[in-house]
Amino acid sequence: MGTAARGSSVVIMQETSHESRKGRGVGASIRRKEDARLLAGRGRFIGDMRFPGQLEAAFLRSPFAHARIRAIHIPAHLKGRAFTHADMVGVKDILARTGLPGFRVSAQPPLASGKVRFAGEPVVMVLADTRAEAEDLIEEIGVDYEELPANHDMLRAVEPDAALVHDEWPDNVFLVSQTDRHFDAGTLAGAPIKVTRKVRTSRQCMSPLEGKGCIAVYERHVEQLALWTSTQMPHIVRSGLAECLGLDTRQIRVVAPDVGGGFGWKGLLQPEEVCCAWAALRLDRPVKWLEDRREHLIAAANCREHHYVMTAYADTDGTLLGLDAVAHVDAGAYSVYPFSACLEGAQVVSNLPGPYNLPAYRCRTTSVCSNKPPIVPYRGVARTGVCTAMELMIDAVAREAGLDPCDVRMRNLVRPEQMPFTSITGKDFDMGDYPESLRRAREMIGHEAVRARQQAGEADGRLVGLGYATYCEQGAHGTSVYHGWGIPMVPGIESCGARLTPDGTLEVRIGAQSHGQSMETTMAQVACEVLGIDPAQVNVVHGDTAMTPYSTGTWGSRSAVMSGGAVASACERLGERIKRIGAHLLQAPEEAVAIRDAEVVGPAGSVSFAEVAKTWYLAPQNLPADIHPDGLDLVAGYRPTVDTGTFSYASHAAVVAVEPETGEVEILDYVIVEDGGVLLNPMVVDGQIYGGTAQGIGTALYEEMTYDEHGQPLASTLADYLLPGAGEMPAVRIDHIQTPSPNTRFGQKGIGEGGAIAPPAALGNAINDALKGLGVELSMSPMTPRRVRAAVAAAREGAVS
Amino acid sequence: MKAARFDYRRPATVAEAVAALVEDGAAKPVAGGQSLGPMLNLRLARPSTLVDVAKIPGLRRVEERADGVLYGAAITHAEFEDGVVPDPTPGFLARIAHGIAYRAVRNRGTVGGSLVHADPAADWPTTLTALGARVALAGPSGTRELALEDFLLGAFSTALEDGEIVTGVFVPRCSAGARFGYRKSCRKVGEFAEAMCAVLADDVRGVHRLVIGATEGRHIVVTEAKGVLADPRLLDERLASAGLAADPSTLRLHRKVISQAIEALNSESLPA
Repeated sequence: MGTAARGSSVVIMQETSHESRKGRGVGASIRRKEDARLLAGRGRFIGDMRFPGQLEAAFLRSPFAHARIRAIHIPAHLKGRAFTHADMVGVKDILARTGLPGFRVSAQPPLASGKVRFAGEPVVMVLADTRAEAEDLIEEIGVDYEELPANHDMLRAVEPDAALVHDEWPDNVFLVSQTDRHFDAGTLAGAPIKVTRKVRTSRQCMSPLEGKGCIAVYERHVEQLALWTSTQMPHIVRSGLAECLGLDTRQIRVVAPDVGGGFGWKGLLQPEEVCCAWAALRLDRPVKWLEDRREHLIAAANCREHHYVMTAYADTDGTLLGLDAVAHVDAGAYSVYPFSACLEGAQVVSNLPGPYNLPAYRCRTTSVCSNKPPIVPYRGVARTGVCTAMELMIDAVAREAGLDPCDVRMRNLVRPEQMPFTSITGKDFDMGDYPESLRRAREMIGHEAVRARQQAGEADGRLVGLGYATYCEQGAHGTSVYHGWGIPMVPGIESCGARLTPDGTLEVRIGAQSHGQSMETTMAQVACEVLGIDPAQVNVVHGDTAMTPYSTGTWGSRSAVMSGGAVASACERLGERIKRIGAHLLQAPEEAVAIRDAEVVGPAGSVSFAEVAKTWYLAPQNLPADIHPDGLDLVAGYRPTVDTGTFSYASHAAVVAVEPETGEVEILDYVIVEDGGVLLNPMVVDGQIYGGTAQGIGTALYEEMTYDEHGQPLASTLADYLLPGAGEMPAVRIDHIQTPSPNTRFGQKGIGEGGAIAPPAALGNAINDALKGLGVELSMSPMTPRRVRAAVAAAREGAVS
Repeated sequence: MKAARFDYRRPATVAEAVAALVEDGAAKPVAGGQSLGPMLNLRLARPSTLVDVAKIPGLRRVEERADGVLYGAAITHAEFEDGVVPDPTPGFLARIAHGIAYRAVRNRGTVGGSLVHADPAADWPTTLTALGARVALAGPSGTRELALEDFLLGAFSTALEDGEIVTGVFVPRCSAGARFGYRKSCRKVGEFAEAMCAVLADDVRGVHRLVIGATEGRHIVVTEAKGVLADPRLLDERLASAGLAADPSTLRLHRKVISQAIEALNSESLPA
């Protein structure tokens, strides 16, 4: 890795400027172009939009988690304004199949049909001039339900006597995923260290600042249904919607305007989108639905709920000998389009061993169907759960062996000389120095000083703890990974349109969608890197199926690698065409000219892009008659040389102070050493890491969507569902290692999700480290004050009696 | 999450506000709307009419007296926090106000609204009870005054009668050397507390009061608190009868917060 820039720029959160390494191109921390409108409150979100004649939708949602619909009573005067499943003749259910053997397909009707399968499922759509009036009308509608037993606990839902979520299934299981690699129970039985733990991660809600929303409007002049929607994946929504409505794809246009965060929640075809689109066609009026926070919390945006029983086998020096795991994922009532109900469970099996060199592994994961909203892939997807489970295990092994957890990690991490490395589950780690990230994190956090402070004790009686977590994050994985799953969407070659406009400025058009990722800036930097054009002269067009080439969209930490690579390819191809015209204007042979700083430079002079473009579009008489007919507008494709994904990685270290009686946890220090390969814009990467870490802190300490035994959601407002705020964020310190990926255009790796993966593990380990003197070990996230003080009280009361 | 239909009235005087409430039994007064607003949106509260009292001059008045200050009920938390109203204590009120929810809530939320809402885990009911505050009420049969501990009858329950509104709260003047200890245990900044305790020790006046909030029902109020300040274990029986000792960890939480509040008497007696 000759050119590996070992940038060691320690950045604290308050700093906003980074030193540019390369002007305005790749690697420069230029300011975000999109902020000029967004920070001034001049963005355009679905909530800002209104079409003439628009109706607003409200949904009557099921109050029961599981019930048969006996009758729906709609007053006569609501005819033409209130619709049920029976009205939506010809509309198909949302189907997200997989090619995995044994996978059971669930049909998700856009409005409930026959049965409701979770509290919050839409049953009736009501339209009115305003949302408030639509909510008034909902109160006039009555539904007769026959309540059925609800599956609120995934471990009970798989028992033989559980009520069936889908009547035609033999049990409540979407899929069992399993693997067995060199696992020999007989040999491992003799391992000196054997540790068994149960780990549970709670259900969460994804909670982007902007909820979901859409407006469907039939555009007569182009004879197209336009769906304006807050989505990460406009092209996939277009494909799925066409399928449900029975339309040709060409009859639909999907546009994402400004989108205020997605995190996976906006990577789906939603039943409400299908309903609005159908109603807009039926009534020939624009129909809008804006998800409110209550709908967001109770009606669908659920994620993360895992349960693990694991046994780790190790040598006395902490060397891992094997891991045996049985996991359950509560996948909810339906398989979401396009990711399906199996993404979490399958990734549990393949990602649980994490960044470690594990010689023997066995895992069986059941994706359980329950009477809860469908589980949706949320930033980090299964990796947050598996990282929590695995990293808590590493610390448990260390405690059992009487070793420092940091040393146990060091002993088992894949070493740089082993790279590229194929993991026990067949993951191809591309490049990097995992132990170095841990060493640096250990140094940054002041490991020895923290241990000394622990020894000395705190004046206020609080207990200090130190925790680590290391993970690797597969990003931008392509065809060879996804085709095996057989979900409705397999990513392939990523395309970009590049167009030099008549004044010599540039449009790049990508099918991904930027909803906080800063792609209007970073993609312009890529264009700058290739063509030397000022990023300010580059428009990045995204989020509109009418204007951009097909793409699966923005998900899976893929856009920097895939769209970044595609923009570079398109700009290179465009550069060739610009050179051809420029060479003619310079009266020089094509091979004698080069592109530099948005100019074609020849042996005896140069010509600007503006002159080239003006000549091509507006003064073609100045070109020879036999000029090559391909113009300054093209689409080019890209995929990495190896498409199994980039592997960014990081070590997180946290210091906490725990008040054992109240259970309060304060984060005293938090450091992250990560390797995202070559960073397109380091400031943007830091922003991604801070944001992800905030969400990870939410998973670790605050966020929990609980259900009672009737399957009723118990957190329906943000007073009950706690999100971390500015007051809960520590001043995270970040250090970068930059090992270029050998497989991507600039050596960049996907890092979009990483920040959200490790905090529950690092903080959980820190809390357990603080409490170890009390004989307390927690293994459920979030580690709330209630859980901490209950565990402490139980240990103390037990000790007293 | 849109409110059901309601009418809106904005009376100019307290008398008009009371008349509006008497006229329509399903009407409800609103000031800052920081608790009522969400309840309207969730359709948990469905008043026929909102009677907006936030701008009534009589509720925006502040009257400084020798023995204390009478605040109009519509004085906002932010006005306490920013010190734009006089404070009869050595800075306690600004400190309390600073810890209420978030600035956006403090900009609109009012002291009267907080007392009427009577959430046992909110800041003003607990702390103002500890400071010995009294509420002024106006209703169809005239005006009256109640000690705060007599006004707050339990969780979300007060002594307000039909048509009656809180017009003000009177906070007695403390001596310069008075000490105040206040602790709350919250899941995050600005959240309602899981446990809270406020303690006033004003040796010059001979006033020692301790109030425990975040209870299931009525606050625990100790008006002659010298003994429990010396030995907080004396409170265990009251914690148990208030249902706060149902499990060992809850009891330990409340005990810890009480002891922290008492300790804070010595460390935080002066304004920052």
